[in-house]
Amino acid sequence: MHKKLLAAVVGLNVAAAAQAAPSLEEMWDLVQKQQAEITQLKSQLKDTEQRVSETEVKTEATFAAVEEVTAGPVAKLADWADKTTIGGYGEMHYNNLTSDDSSKSKDEFDLHRFVVFFGHQFNEDLRFFSELEVEHNVAGEGKNGEVEVEQAFIEWDYAENHRAKAGVFLMPVGIINETHEPETFYGVERNPVEKNIIPATWWEGGAMFSGEIAEGFSYDAGVHSGLFIDPTASKSNIRDGRQKVSKAKGDDLAYTARIKYTGMPGLELAATVQHQTDVWQGESFAGEEEADATLWELHGVYNNGPFGVRALYAQWDIDDVIENVKAGADEQEGFYIEPSYRLTEKLGIFARYSEWDNQAGDSSDTEKQQYDLGFNYWLDDHVVLKADYMREDSETGDELRGFNLGVGWSF
Amino acid sequence: MALLLSFTLFFSSAVLSKGIYQTVPEFLEEVFSPEEPQQAFLWLTPELKETASKILNHTVRGLRVRYWQSGEKTAWIMEEIGKELPITIGVVVNQGRIDQLKILAFRESRGGEVRYPAFTAQYQDVKITPNNKLDAHIDGITGATLSVRAVTKVATLALHYHQQVNPEQLTQTPHKENKELVTTSP
Repeated sequence: MHKKLLAAVVGLNVAAAAQAAPSLEEMWDLVQKQQAEITQLKSQLKDTEQRVSETEVKTEATFAAVEEVTAGPVAKLADWADKTTIGGYGEMHYNNLTSDDSSKSKDEFDLHRFVVFFGHQFNEDLRFFSELEVEHNVAGEGKNGEVEVEQAFIEWDYAENHRAKAGVFLMPVGIINETHEPETFYGVERNPVEKNIIPATWWEGGAMFSGEIAEGFSYDAGVHSGLFIDPTASKSNIRDGRQKVSKAKGDDLAYTARIKYTGMPGLELAATVQHQTDVWQGESFAGEEEADATLWELHGVYNNGPFGVRALYAQWDIDDVIENVKAGADEQEGFYIEPSYRLTEKLGIFARYSEWDNQAGDSSDTEKQQYDLGFNYWLDDHVVLKADYMREDSETGDELRGFNLGVGWSF
Repeated sequence: MALLLSFTLFFSSAVLSKGIYQTVPEFLEEVFSPEEPQQAFLWLTPELKETASKILNHTVRGLRVRYWQSGEKTAWIMEEIGKELPITIGVVVNQGRIDQLKILAFRESRGGEVRYPAFTAQYQDVKITPNNKLDAHIDGITGATLSVRAVTKVATLALHYHQQVNPEQLTQTPHKENKELVTTSP
């Protein structure tokens, strides 16, 4: 019984083994298939290796490009460009003015100002700023224009909210002396009071400290080169004294201080006092050797919605000795008031009354008045078209009247 | 001169970290506390970039804008150049209106008056019109026109971005004549 069962089991296994074992032909097919798969895999591997190799090349090229952008010359240039600013402004005018004195009449086109700003931020606390201006388009001997560097200074933030600057800078006085891009004020020409009394645009060389002392209150205080009103050349008007930091006589310095309040939106109130120790800068005239002078200036600006108003008063009190040059020149003063209204976002109208006198120290009638009426049309925040009618009267009867057109821009 | 030096030394005694009035974490803590805001990103689609560029009046770069949100309130921290250096501005928008605007950092030497609450309070409750203009008049600061413009542009953009992430809060202000947003000088 057991022998029969064993024989049956062995028989079954042999039969199964005979059925599972491939024939030689099948083995050959199998080997060929596997060989084909190996060949295919090798080919794929080769492709992959090639792609990896190409990727490495590309990655390397990308790294090189990134390095070039982030650390190479391009980055250095971008870094420098980031710290360097360029700007400017300009204004072209057409004046059509008639005077009783025909020599004062004007019918002319004038690229009055073309200005370029350059600035550079050395680090967070230290910067350079400059303003290069061409006035009246063509400068040179016998030409109408001038090339002037109105600002070129280094400014250092030596403490939070406090800074000092040294170099050539604009005097902190009046409304338009420091901010005079054409789109920031009404009228084709700048107002005559700041021009003839302050006298804007006015820059000096020296050192100035500025900063904030409380919310909305800021100060400026500095020492710098002074005016030189040459008595030997019969000069007496304060505007004649601007030396423009061009080999400026530095025998006697001047001191300026301003306090300003801008803590309420739309409002600016400011007062400036300046003392000139000697506007004759060591020259003597008519036996006198010194002429000190003091400027007092007050102004207010208020904008509320579409309504705006500017008002300014300035007075020079000069040593009486200047009367040896011109009677009444020891007092030079003026004021103006300018209401305005923005009819639309782009259109604003204004009126201005100005009164000034460069010989206010005596009783003779030397006062001048000017009436302006006109509009600004802003094509953009930084581009403006202007038109105004003006009439200037003087006590001596001279009158200048007519209209001005202008286009101005800044960037 | 001695008077001048003592004058400036007196004022230089109070030295603080320059130009930074509040850090971003401090601002978010102040705005959302005790809640924890979720940080999220608004992706700048070509259409959104175009609108944002119009609002800022210059090209907007980047792929996305980070913001923080809790409930219906969003906070946006953006930088915009006033004259030469970027001003960091935090704007909180709720229900389509500005809840708070704060100057977190002001780096320029002029125009810093924009950081005072007397100025920033003008943006409270302001929303935008369908023209993407603020619906309120903002009085400017003499001599700080560029800083004021920068703050106003960022306020407008924050409101616009808020509308993108909360489209159901689109303001229903009727289309009206565009008001001037910033009092410039003059």
